[in-house]
Amino acid sequence: MTGTGIGAPVRRKEDQRFITGKGRYTDDLTRPGQAHAYFVRSPHAHAEIVKIDKAAAEAMPGVLAVLTGDDLAADNIGGLICGWMIHSKDGSPMKAGAHPALAQGKVRYVGDHVAVVVAETLAQARDAAEAVEVDYKLLPAIADTATARSSKVVVHDVAPDNTVYEWHLGDKDATEAAFKKAKHVTTLDITNNRLIPNPIETRAAIGEYDMGTDNYTLYTTSQNPHVARLVLSAFIGIAPENKLRVIAPDVGGGFGSKIFIYAEETVCVWASKKVGRPVKWTSDRTEAFLSDAHGRDHVTRAQLALDDNGKILALRAHTIANLGAYLSTFSSSVPTYLYAPLLSGQYDIPAIYAEVDGVYTNTAPVDAYRGAGRPEATFVVERLVEVAARELGMDPAKFRKKNYIKRFPHQTPVIMNYDVGDYGASLEKALEMADYKGFNKRKRESAKKGKLRGIGFSSYIEACGIAPSQAVGSLGAGVGLWESAEVRVNPTGSVEVLTGSHSHGQGHETTFAQLVSERLGVDINNVNIVHGDTDKVQFGMGTYGSRSGAVGMSAITRAIDKVIEKGKKVAAYAMEASDKDIEFADGKFSVAGTDKSMAFGEIALQAYIAHKFSGQDLEPGLKEGAFYDPTNFTFPAGVHICEVEIDPDTGVTTIERFTAVDDFGVVINPMIVEGQVHGGIAQGVGQALLENAVYDESGQLVTASYMDYAMPRADDLPSFDVGMTVTPCPSNPLGIKGCGEAGAIAAPPAVINAITNAVGHEDVPMPATPRAVWHAIHKGKAPMAAE
Amino acid sequence: MASVTMTVNGKSVTADVDPRTLLAQFVREHLRLTGTHVGCDTSQCGACVVHVDGKAVKACTMLAVQADGCEVLTIEGLANGAELHPMQAAFREHHGLQCGYCTPGMIMTAVDMVNRLGSDLDEATIRHELEGNICRCTGYHNIVRAVETGAKAMTEGGARQAAE
Repeated sequence: MTGTGIGAPVRRKEDQRFITGKGRYTDDLTRPGQAHAYFVRSPHAHAEIVKIDKAAAEAMPGVLAVLTGDDLAADNIGGLICGWMIHSKDGSPMKAGAHPALAQGKVRYVGDHVAVVVAETLAQARDAAEAVEVDYKLLPAIADTATARSSKVVVHDVAPDNTVYEWHLGDKDATEAAFKKAKHVTTLDITNNRLIPNPIETRAAIGEYDMGTDNYTLYTTSQNPHVARLVLSAFIGIAPENKLRVIAPDVGGGFGSKIFIYAEETVCVWASKKVGRPVKWTSDRTEAFLSDAHGRDHVTRAQLALDDNGKILALRAHTIANLGAYLSTFSSSVPTYLYAPLLSGQYDIPAIYAEVDGVYTNTAPVDAYRGAGRPEATFVVERLVEVAARELGMDPAKFRKKNYIKRFPHQTPVIMNYDVGDYGASLEKALEMADYKGFNKRKRESAKKGKLRGIGFSSYIEACGIAPSQAVGSLGAGVGLWESAEVRVNPTGSVEVLTGSHSHGQGHETTFAQLVSERLGVDINNVNIVHGDTDKVQFGMGTYGSRSGAVGMSAITRAIDKVIEKGKKVAAYAMEASDKDIEFADGKFSVAGTDKSMAFGEIALQAYIAHKFSGQDLEPGLKEGAFYDPTNFTFPAGVHICEVEIDPDTGVTTIERFTAVDDFGVVINPMIVEGQVHGGIAQGVGQALLENAVYDESGQLVTASYMDYAMPRADDLPSFDVGMTVTPCPSNPLGIKGCGEAGAIAAPPAVINAITNAVGHEDVPMPATPRAVWHAIHKGKAPMAAE
Repeated sequence: MASVTMTVNGKSVTADVDPRTLLAQFVREHLRLTGTHVGCDTSQCGACVVHVDGKAVKACTMLAVQADGCEVLTIEGLANGAELHPMQAAFREHHGLQCGYCTPGMIMTAVDMVNRLGSDLDEATIRHELEGNICRCTGYHNIVRAVETGAKAMTEGGARQAAE
């Protein structure tokens, strides 16, 4: 390891601009002649659009255009798509309702896009939007997940029972047989609460049409600009792919919500040609609450079958997953292939069967949010396991250890083949760091103060590094999930890396440079990382699912290998030796068995001046590219332990200790990885204690601002104790597993297991607000007079 | 239109603005100082914190015309040329930022915290004082470390300046 190579906690290169206010986010950009868009959104959850009268709005000062779904249809602009086909258990394809970027005939959720006003200034656009008269015929609405299928309300005519699909995975017969012979069955009814992602930078877009070249440019807050370009060109039909450039500059957090291709950027690109001006839209926070894709929202009954020794025999789950009013870009895959294949957790479970019903409701579309399916699976598994241990009177740590998978590779009954891990090592380390032995003493001390104390575990696993293209293709994905990289060496030996990964907080400019520094011996300050621009990077699949390390950096590694191979050929000519005798180490090409060597930068110069070799024998230049398709998912895993203290008088839960021990395989920058763990835990604790997206019966979102939706604040959280164990991943060249989602996956069951341990029964919902916990504590006791 | 004159980062600026222009919009759109960010509509997130006459203010909550005649300091004016303010340096050293969007407001709030409460800040105080600044990336763990260190460095720097 060098001071800036793999494993070093290098301070981030990107920070200089962020701490001095010089970041360049989409809303910071101003294009010459830029006009502003404001969307007219549905105030109703479900209604027919009888008539839209634009005349008054069009006459307002500064207004350039008022556009509706009819205008989109007249221009043959297609609808938004869902790119992952799921088939029901009867073999029928999922029922995808039409999803126009501006509503046509009907609105299906509060915030649905009805019209757009483009004006000289944002204030003028907003004023004119209020003058657009929309005549609605109100329809009854359904927002509730559990009752959507039995509701008389029909969200899409293609799905009269509001059922998108009835999907299943696993061996039903084997699972039923295992349950029949079980000595003990643990049963839980679980609601995984709906969350709103809330990156602090809201979504934004600038569409710009150039009449002179017939080219379009879209500046947008995207985690995957190439996928946005592909969808906008191939499916929505805004412009041919070669005529559309998508730039995602600095992006202020994503957490999944900026993967998707939304109505607003579609409309901005299209409208820019209609008005002949760049068109800018920036979401305000209320719009973000209403129209960013939400996360989670599952209702599940789950059961665990056990023998009389506490060995798990089988698991089954039936889940209803709320997909909202339309199928967002990858929504269909989240409660299916990103969920049920993780139901084996870290455990050797011989039989698993899962059924998932995806349902439409009159709510915002639901799609991937940090963890995407895996937090939902982990919550099911880790609550079941904890409760099973309690019911059997076993220590929850010992119960887990008894059932851990101990031999690898391990084929689960639900698709996944776990390549490597040492779950016992993570557990032992976590128990020690959390001082599990001292818990009873601390519990007694809390009791002396009149407080309840509880401890809870979460032995999570996730599937990251998504994913082998053939495998996801066979499961219905519309795209391959490889990654690309190009390593360009300049004549002076400095390096540019063009990557299809996208950084929106992950620190790629630093970690990717560390990889180059380690492999090529180039100072990290002489390495530039280029990403987020389809005119610069040829293609890429973007950043989500903790894939930038395992997949993106593997692609860079392959390209670096090719650079070294080419460099050896140049070095052979330059040092008049056979290329078989050239070795490369520590930034130097040397001739084996001699003292002859040339620095990497000298060979770069030789490659470009091309004086030592003929162009017929070797191409000048030093630039190589690679596409890397992974051979397997990666399987980060670990143990998180949460310890809480609860005031029984108020129901307020305080997290006293939070310990996380994770196995992410090889770590490039431990400082950045720990930061990812911290942030993930905060979102997981947010789900467990604070956050909840609430629709009322009429489909109004009642948590549509930071005054109503409880974001975790600094004083809601403790400092975290973070440790690591390492089993290098065998399926990629760097041994990386991925770390971005672990905290959000692991934390919710750890917190709820701690609270239920403290209050002494299992009936505690998420979020475990003071009110909910107070009711849980006082359950069965006489109600207070005030109630 | 209304005329406003104020000093921003040490420079006097005068402009004619729509009277409803917020201070945040004024510095971002009129002065092109885009380091001050807007993350919500309800004065909760704190991404827009600037200093007005030496006090932390959410610039989305104040009209530009209300800042007429005031001294405004934004994140762009915090460093001394190429030399980072100690709080900026502490955020980098302690990885107190990821996506960077809340960071300018966090740093301006942290500097104000030290100005009001001194440099000896314990964790509970820092967490309480950050109530008006939301970060979605870091879980606040490293922000707390950064503010602790930045606060101490601010005093040391101040003491050094006084001694010189």
